[in-house]
Amino acid sequence: MKYLCLVYYSEAAMQERGDDHWQSLNGECSAFGEGLRESGQMLDGSALQPVSTATTVRVRDSQVHVTDGPFAETKEQLAGFYLIEAGDLNDAIRIAGRIPPARYGSIEIRPVRDIHGESSRAVPYAESLNKD
Amino acid sequence: MPVTDDGDTPTVSERDIDALFRRESRRVLATLIRLLGDFDLAEDALQDAFMAALRQWPTEGVPASPRAWLVSAGRFKAIDQLRRRARFDRAQDEIAAQLEGSADDPALLADDAIGDDRLRLIFTCCHPALAREAQVALTLREVCGLTTEEIARAFLSKPATLAQRIVRAKQKIRSAGIPYDVPGERELGERLAAVLQVIYLVFNEGYLSAGDQQVLRHDLAEEAIRLAELLVRLLPEPEACGLLALMLLHHSRRHTRLSDSGELILLEQQDRRRWDRQEIARGDALVRRALLSQRFGPYTLQAAIAAVHALAPDSESTDWAEIVGLYDLLYRQMPSAVVALNRAVAVAMRDGPGAGLELVEALLTEGELGDYHLAHAARADLCRRLGLVDQARDAYQRALTGTQQPAERRFLEKRLAELAEK
Repeated sequence: MKYLCLVYYSEAAMQERGDDHWQSLNGECSAFGEGLRESGQMLDGSALQPVSTATTVRVRDSQVHVTDGPFAETKEQLAGFYLIEAGDLNDAIRIAGRIPPARYGSIEIRPVRDIHGESSRAVPYAESLNKD
Repeated sequence: MPVTDDGDTPTVSERDIDALFRRESRRVLATLIRLLGDFDLAEDALQDAFMAALRQWPTEGVPASPRAWLVSAGRFKAIDQLRRRARFDRAQDEIAAQLEGSADDPALLADDAIGDDRLRLIFTCCHPALAREAQVALTLREVCGLTTEEIARAFLSKPATLAQRIVRAKQKIRSAGIPYDVPGERELGERLAAVLQVIYLVFNEGYLSAGDQQVLRHDLAEEAIRLAELLVRLLPEPEACGLLALMLLHHSRRHTRLSDSGELILLEQQDRRRWDRQEIARGDALVRRALLSQRFGPYTLQAAIAAVHALAPDSESTDWAEIVGLYDLLYRQMPSAVVALNRAVAVAMRDGPGAGLELVEALLTEGELGDYHLAHAARADLCRRLGLVDQARDAYQRALTGTQQPAERRFLEKRLAELAEK
């Protein structure tokens, strides 16, 4: 199965840890990604520029609306992603647990959906989710 | 039950089949989930297999291995089902072909493999990627075979809400790829802890209910014990034994915890002749086994404490020094304020209420227990024993504001009334 691992952490807290920490974390991430790629478990992935560089686009009534900033303001910001190939969720959890920033922020694991697969069954409970 | 091996009159009633089904259905389901890779398909297949048994067994007799028969019938029913769906969805045809192709290996149905399937089912239902409430609901539904209505009643929630929770959990198992497997050695400890937590939660829901439906709640406690027995049989890890022991030892006092009028009776006043000696003996043996392993954890230590209580002829001759020592060990593994509070109460029994009160007040000043009604109840009781009537009254009142549990409230109110007489 394919999973997208979304890496979140607090940019502010990360900044407070200073430049040395930042450089060594980046080194660690790059080595980790390298290893994952070699073992064939990493399909894609990248770090992202800080959330201050984000732009949000919406189309309503055929009009394109562009705003500054992310889709939602959160305590932790999306900082990067790994698209991985894993046998099952346990396997994916094992990989996610080794992503270096997991020690500071959090990794959200999302199974990738086949867009040509089943129809609206992919979000069958969205309605009920909103209710509670 | 009559079996047709020797060709004699196979008088098999619907009731016999029903009893057999109740005994075997969860094992058959666990195996069908593995073979079919889908909870819902497996459940439908199980129902279909049962219907087929009701039709065939009364005339043809019960097969030599009913379990294998049900698994095999269920599997073929599922293949039929997939073939029917294939008319609308080609992908289903492939799955059906795959299932048909996989040979019916009798080894897959050996008792060992089936035991593993039940363990797989437990670990899947208690997977940490599912919300705790979903773990509990799914475990009671799939592993224990309770109906959605029964679970909803036990947890005082609406059947529709509960059904939805179970449906969503199954959806996540499928979409997120939660494996149907027993975790490997590296993850076993952590995953087992989640399973034990679910079992203990079910037990506690039965033990001290939020509502007043005692009868139903006993069922829940017994369900938790059955579940732990199954787990210990399949995976005899020390902490699983410890949890089973803890529950058995608590459960042994079930008939003495409440008076006929539903009043709470404290441990020291309980009628020990009515404690279930058989359960105590089982609990005690399990604790010893777990302690000997040297790999025990908090459940085993709590069970050891419960065993010291259970084996004492009365409150006075309880080995309080031993209990304080066990709480010290427990605190090292689980340094929580609640454990410290329980330890303080044990110290009060060993060294007198003054020593206990000092510790309880220190804990209350630290703040963490400020809203915990049992901390105030403990302080109230120690003050009462020391003759500090005003302080006792204040503390009982604070305890009262912290609990909605009817039996607990009645107990605290009674103590308050007794103080007023002094």
